[in-house]
Amino acid sequence: MTYTLGQKQLDNIEDLLQKDLIDIGVRCVFLIDMAGNIIANRDNGKIKHDVYSLAALAAGNFGAVSAMAKIIGEGEFSLLFHKGKKENIHFNKILTEFLLITIFSNEISLGFLRLKVTETVDKIKKTLESIHAP
Amino acid sequence: MAFVNPKRKEVQVKIVYYGPGRGGKTTNLEYVYQKFNERIKTEMVTIKTHGDRTLFFDFLPFDIGKVNGYDVKIQLYTVPGQVKYNATRRLVLRGVDGIVFVADSMSVRREKNIISLKNLQENLANYKKSIFKIPIVLQYNKSDLDEQGIPLLTFETLEKDLNSKLKTPSFKASAIEGTNVVQTMKKIISLTMASIVKELR
Repeated sequence: MTYTLGQKQLDNIEDLLQKDLIDIGVRCVFLIDMAGNIIANRDNGKIKHDVYSLAALAAGNFGAVSAMAKIIGEGEFSLLFHKGKKENIHFNKILTEFLLITIFSNEISLGFLRLKVTETVDKIKKTLESIHAP
Repeated sequence: MAFVNPKRKEVQVKIVYYGPGRGGKTTNLEYVYQKFNERIKTEMVTIKTHGDRTLFFDFLPFDIGKVNGYDVKIQLYTVPGQVKYNATRRLVLRGVDGIVFVADSMSVRREKNIISLKNLQENLANYKKSIFKIPIVLQYNKSDLDEQGIPLLTFETLEKDLNSKLKTPSFKASAIEGTNVVQTMKKIISLTMASIVKELR
């Protein structure tokens, strides 16, 4: 299946990522699909990560964890969090096909980040549902 | 599931190198990475076990310039070939747009090629895709071993085993020496792009 998001939908999503996440101090955020394609990404302008490789690995990582969930009888783990010394990564599944990945430093608490991510995910869901085909 | 981004005028295309274990899938990507070093801005990503075997996948993103005004980003992946890693193989196939099946030309690997191709067909079916409809190119790798006196399957035998129903382009190749590696890649890119353009119309 090939799907396309319209310019307006993409503008909408990027706006959300900027206002809800980057503006509160998140370093880098990207929305990908489970195939590892990048749909939208935003950063604070100070970092240059290789987002294409990150997206491929994130999709693979999430897929592997989902398979683990099934083995232990859990439907899925819908969010993941990797903690580092300075940088942390948070993954949140959206619908069945998409993943929101947030990279943030220790200046933001995990609780606050999760709260903001949940809000953003709800908003993005509305935009994605219009194009979503399982 | 190629992703088209009208805002950035960009298309992301996923091509997966599939085939039996130790067949040369990673070597294909390594050759491409070396050959086009100047054009590939990022590092090749690879997840290996200690024994240098692919555990999960290799990943190589690659820009090929513009098609119909869109920047085309080709993303090359390999799967782990070993039979036991089917779950990870299936994950990598998610959203695939085109496939290179890297077969091992060594006579002793004849059965393994056939099993792997069958496995590809099953895994594609899991995503409701048909091996007969998806763009696919066959590569008969390790042709260089002939000089060392290692018994190889003839081109005709490989065609009969693997390509009698698919009837798709195939190449005799040596990934380690680079013979036909780029040709294989160019072929799958052109087949895949044609299929995506057709689908978008």
